[in-house]
Amino acid sequence: MAYSDKVIDHYSNPRNVGTLDKSKKNVGTGLVGAPECGDVMRLQIEVDEATNTITDAKFKTFGCGSAIASSSLATEWLKGKTVDEALAIDNMEIVEELALPPVKIHCSVLAEDAIKSAINDYRVKNGMPALEEAKAHH
Amino acid sequence: MLKLPIYLDNNATTPLDPRVLEAMMPYLTEVFGNAASRNHPFGWAAEEAVDYAREQIAALISCDPKEIIFTSGATESDNLGIKGVFEMYAQKGNHVITATTEHKAILDTCKHLEKLGGRVTYLPVDDQGLISLADLEAAMTPETVLVTIMYGNNETGTIQPIREIAAIAHKHGALFMTDGTQAVGKIPVDVIADGIDIMAFTAHKMYGPKGVGALYVRRKNPRVKVTAQMDGGGHERGMRSGTLNVPGIVGLGKACELARLEMAADTERLSAMRDRLERELLTLEESYVNGSRERRLPHVTNISFKYVEGEGLMMGVKDLAVSSGSACTSASLEPSYVLKALGLSDDLAHSSLRFGLSRFTTDEQIDYAINHVKEAVTKLREMSPLWEMFKEGIDLSKIEWAEH
Repeated sequence: MAYSDKVIDHYSNPRNVGTLDKSKKNVGTGLVGAPECGDVMRLQIEVDEATNTITDAKFKTFGCGSAIASSSLATEWLKGKTVDEALAIDNMEIVEELALPPVKIHCSVLAEDAIKSAINDYRVKNGMPALEEAKAHH
Repeated sequence: MLKLPIYLDNNATTPLDPRVLEAMMPYLTEVFGNAASRNHPFGWAAEEAVDYAREQIAALISCDPKEIIFTSGATESDNLGIKGVFEMYAQKGNHVITATTEHKAILDTCKHLEKLGGRVTYLPVDDQGLISLADLEAAMTPETVLVTIMYGNNETGTIQPIREIAAIAHKHGALFMTDGTQAVGKIPVDVIADGIDIMAFTAHKMYGPKGVGALYVRRKNPRVKVTAQMDGGGHERGMRSGTLNVPGIVGLGKACELARLEMAADTERLSAMRDRLERELLTLEESYVNGSRERRLPHVTNISFKYVEGEGLMMGVKDLAVSSGSACTSASLEPSYVLKALGLSDDLAHSSLRFGLSRFTTDEQIDYAINHVKEAVTKLREMSPLWEMFKEGIDLSKIEWAEH
């Protein structure tokens, strides 16, 4: 399969690979996918509680090039956004930006799930109600 | 200077040997006759070339030249062998035995038989990829007309105990067929000593052209017949109609001759390179060879690199042409059924690469491949959450994954 230049760029030079301290109260962690499906994404956000803004985002992904690129792109987009803005990120925006072919759309869905799952974790940790959507996607 | 990418997918297809092309050339140009034209020298020249190719092929697999039926390739040969026996021996019975790790050309043909009212037993394999002879013995019935088990596996290179399987089939009055696609031309195959009644093979896996293959059909002890699956001029002793692909057949013949003459030297060189590649890659933590290492084709290795996904890995080894047990091209993400049949978990099957070396593979290419794979695996593990969890001592099987 031919990958787009943007997928190749993110795969070759992934942004924000790494790990945030998940024990911190202002860090939300999302772990989505399953090894037997061939994709696992872990996406983490660090939130400035005063402004409700995402100050840092990190990922690690087990998966194909499109999955790695989707999560790398997601971390790029998350930084500087408010939590509410982050919640509005739609998987089709990732599809468009990376020019993913139809068979790779599930990679973008997984990235959106990872974002929502990380935000949800942050919310629950900080005494806010869980998002309904994070569980309803599958 | 090393030319990139390096081709290490020779179980998919091999390049044409220049000596094969040279033998074929006249039959693509001036010697263009139809081998079935009996009335003029154009036809005679073509027929002579086909007969010579039959002899070259027969010498490689120790059969009589008349026992070779030319086809378009291994898929057609597999279809003709299985369907042809099923139809020809319908009065004796309707039961066929095969294995779960066979090529789709065998498995899907067997499924077709089931639709026609046939009964098929799919034998499981052990963690080495080998069927159990006791299982085979137990599966044999008076209605069993055919046992079809591949010689060497296309994904792992595992070689089945062919002689023992043939003996069991014959003891129960069934015919024994083998898909020899990956084995013929790579290891010694002797249809008499091995007890093979029917064998499918193809030119393009042994440095011949694509689009031509053969079916060996035994003529003596016992005399085997297969019902033709295409109607027409009754070529190939009535078993396969269609004008013979003379240049292709000449190429198959030449490829078989070269294989016979060079097999011993090729095997020694290729298995040494393969072993070196394997030894070096196994120095990476959590990497495993799939299939039997004792009973294996000399030019193949299939390795799983745990915690790295196969398709992502293939993208990382972009300077190599290899294939992966991961087929991450749909939402269902089906990993290799062959590796799963060996008992590999889905994630380990997703993490595999298959390397197939050829007569044209060099030590320099293997050196490059070793470094390239090591770098890619290391880089991908650094961005793999599973690797991080493994390193932290987390048992991944205990995690409740959010499946999608």
